[in-house]
Amino acid sequence: MEHEVLTDLFAKMLRIRRFEEEAARLYTEKKIGGFLHLYIGQEAVAVGTISVLKDTDYIMTGYRCHGHYLARGGSARAGMAELMGKETGCAKGRGGSMHFYDVERRFMGGWGIVGGQVPVAAGLAFAEKYKGEDNIAVVYLGDGAINIGSFHEGLALAALWKIPCVFIIENNQFAMGTPLERTASTEDLSIRALAYPMARETVDGHDIYAVRATMHAAAKRAREQHLPTLIEAKTYRYRGHSMADPAKYRTKEDVDAWRSRDPIKVLGETMDSQGMKDLRIRIENEIEEEIQDAVRFGEESPFPAPETALDYTYV
Amino acid sequence: MSNAMLHDTQSQSAVREIAIRDALNEAMTEEMVRDERVFLVGEEVGNYNGAYKCSRGMLDQFGPKRVIDAPIAENGFTGIGIGAAMAGLRPIVEFMTFNFSLVAIDQILNTAAKSRLMSAGQLSCPIVFRGAGGAAFQLGAQHANSFEHFYAYTPGLIVVAPATPYDMKGLLKSSIRDDNPVCFFESELTYGMKGPVPTEEYVIPIGKADIKREGSDVTIITWSKNVFLCLEAAEALAQQGISAEVVDLRTLRPFDREAVLTSVAKTNRCVVVQEQHEIASYGAFMSHFISREIFDELDAPVGLVSTLEAPMPYSKALEVVLLPSVARIVQEVRAVCG
Repeated sequence: MEHEVLTDLFAKMLRIRRFEEEAARLYTEKKIGGFLHLYIGQEAVAVGTISVLKDTDYIMTGYRCHGHYLARGGSARAGMAELMGKETGCAKGRGGSMHFYDVERRFMGGWGIVGGQVPVAAGLAFAEKYKGEDNIAVVYLGDGAINIGSFHEGLALAALWKIPCVFIIENNQFAMGTPLERTASTEDLSIRALAYPMARETVDGHDIYAVRATMHAAAKRAREQHLPTLIEAKTYRYRGHSMADPAKYRTKEDVDAWRSRDPIKVLGETMDSQGMKDLRIRIENEIEEEIQDAVRFGEESPFPAPETALDYTYV
Repeated sequence: MSNAMLHDTQSQSAVREIAIRDALNEAMTEEMVRDERVFLVGEEVGNYNGAYKCSRGMLDQFGPKRVIDAPIAENGFTGIGIGAAMAGLRPIVEFMTFNFSLVAIDQILNTAAKSRLMSAGQLSCPIVFRGAGGAAFQLGAQHANSFEHFYAYTPGLIVVAPATPYDMKGLLKSSIRDDNPVCFFESELTYGMKGPVPTEEYVIPIGKADIKREGSDVTIITWSKNVFLCLEAAEALAQQGISAEVVDLRTLRPFDREAVLTSVAKTNRCVVVQEQHEIASYGAFMSHFISREIFDELDAPVGLVSTLEAPMPYSKALEVVLLPSVARIVQEVRAVCG
C-alpha cells in the first residue's frame, strides 16, 4: 500500500514536470502562443492535495493551472492540444494555457484575474452544501493574490456562511518578479486566517506527505463541519514567472537550495533505496511515451474552424 | 397600453394594479416555489425585506437558506453566486443599486460572461444580477449612474431593462429561467409605480421590444424608466401635430432588430432617448445600427437625447439640467422632423 502511494505520487509529479518541460520547448518553437506560466517546482502541492480528495470535490485555481489539471487526471493529450490552440484541447482551443478545464473531473478552470477565483470557488462549495452533498471545493492561489479584495471577501464570506472550501496559498516566494518581503508584511501568510476567522495551517510544499496530511485534515473539517481552512504551502517555482521572464531577480544559490530538495528527486531516490529502481525507470519511460504521444496528438490535431469563432458565447 | 399587454391580458381571468416592487416580488417568489435551485442573495434582502422592499415577506416564506442577507462585499457574494450557478444552482443576486456593482464587475464581466466560452461549453452560468440603475432624485454623483452599456457591451451577458410592472414581472421570470447570466435593471424612482398585471402566470421572452405607443411621424426608441418620459413627450408632441411611436426595447442584449427597423422604416425618422452620457453609449450604438441598416429609409439623421457630459451634481437645480427631459425630447424630435 505504502509502495503504491509512493509510486503513484512520483508518477503524477513526474508527469506534470515532463508535460511542462515539453511545453516550454514547444513555446520556444512558437508552437504555443500567449503566456505560458510553468508550475515546475510546485508539483508536490497539487499532487499531494488532490491525491486525498474525492472525485466529486471541486478544484479551481489561478493561471498557473496545468499542474492541477494533470494532478486531477486531466488528459495530457487534451492539455497539449489546448496549449497549441487546437479543437481537440481540453477547452477546444478557447481557453489556452491559463484556462484549462475538465468539468467532468470537476476541474473548474484556471483564472487569469489574480484572486478572482477565490469567491467563485467558495460558491461551488456553497452550492454543494445547499444541495446537501458532502462535496467540498479546493481553490489554489499564489502569494501574489493575498492582498486583493476578492481574496478577503471570499474568505470572510466562507467563514461567515460556513462554506466547505479549502483555500490554498501556494507561496512560491514571488509575485511575478517581486519577492514576498515586498508584498506582504509577514512571512506567515496563513496568519491572515485569524481575521475572518478560520482554521489555518502552514506546510512545507516540498514535503508531499506533509501536504497530504494537512489537506486530509482540512478536507475532513470542510466535509464534516462545513468549516473552511486557509493553508499556506511554502514552495518554489524553478522557472521564471512565465516563459518571458528570465528571473534575474533571484540568485542561482536560492534556486539550487530548493532544487536540492526537489520532491520528484526525493521520491525517486526513495524508490531506488526501497528496491524499486526498475519500477521507477519503467514509470519514467511510460510517462515519456505519454508526453511524446500528447505532443504528436497536439501537433496533428486540427485548429478550430473559423466559422466556430462565435460558438459557446451563449447557451 | 402595450400591444403585448393587450394581447396577453385578453385571455387572463383577472388583472389587478400592482406596484413594480410587488411585480418583482411575485416573479421571484413564483420562480422560487417552482424551482428549489433558485435563491436570493444580497444586502438587506432578508430581515430588512429589501432596501426597496422588493423581497418583502420572502425570508418568512423561504427561510434563511434561500433568502440570504449578505454583508457589504459585492465582489464576494457576486463571485459566490457565480460559483453556485456553475455548480447547478440558479441564484438571484440583488445589488441594492447597480452603482455598487462596479466593485463586482470583474466577476460579472470576466467570470460570468466568459466561462462558457473559455470552457468551450463545459460550464454555464444561469444567474440573475438585478437592482436599480440610473438616477433618482438628488442622490449625488456616485449614486446616479446609468451603467447598462458596461454590461450590454459584453458578449456572454444578457441585459434586460424593462419599464412597466407587467414587463418587469414577465421578464424577470424569463431571466431567472434563462441559462445565461442576465443583468436586470430596475429603477429606484419607479418601484412604487403601479400598473396592470394578470393574476395568472405569464412570461415575456427576452429579446422582444414592445411598442408602447403607436405613431406615424417619428420613432422614439428607449428603455427602462425613460419609457414613461417618452410617453409624456409623445403626448406633448401629439398636441403639436407630431405622431410619435414609442418603442420600448425592454432588452438591450440581445435587442429586437426587427422591431427597431420595422418602426423606423414606417416613420422614416428616429430619436433615441437614454439616461447614459452620449460618448461610447448604448444610444450611440443604436443610432449607428439604424443608420447602417436602413440609411435609405431615413429622412433625417438619427437624433439622440442623453445625460449631459458631467458627473451628476446634487442640487435639484442642476440635476434636471443634465438628465433627459420632456422638453429636450420634444426639442430633439422637432429638430429631426424639421
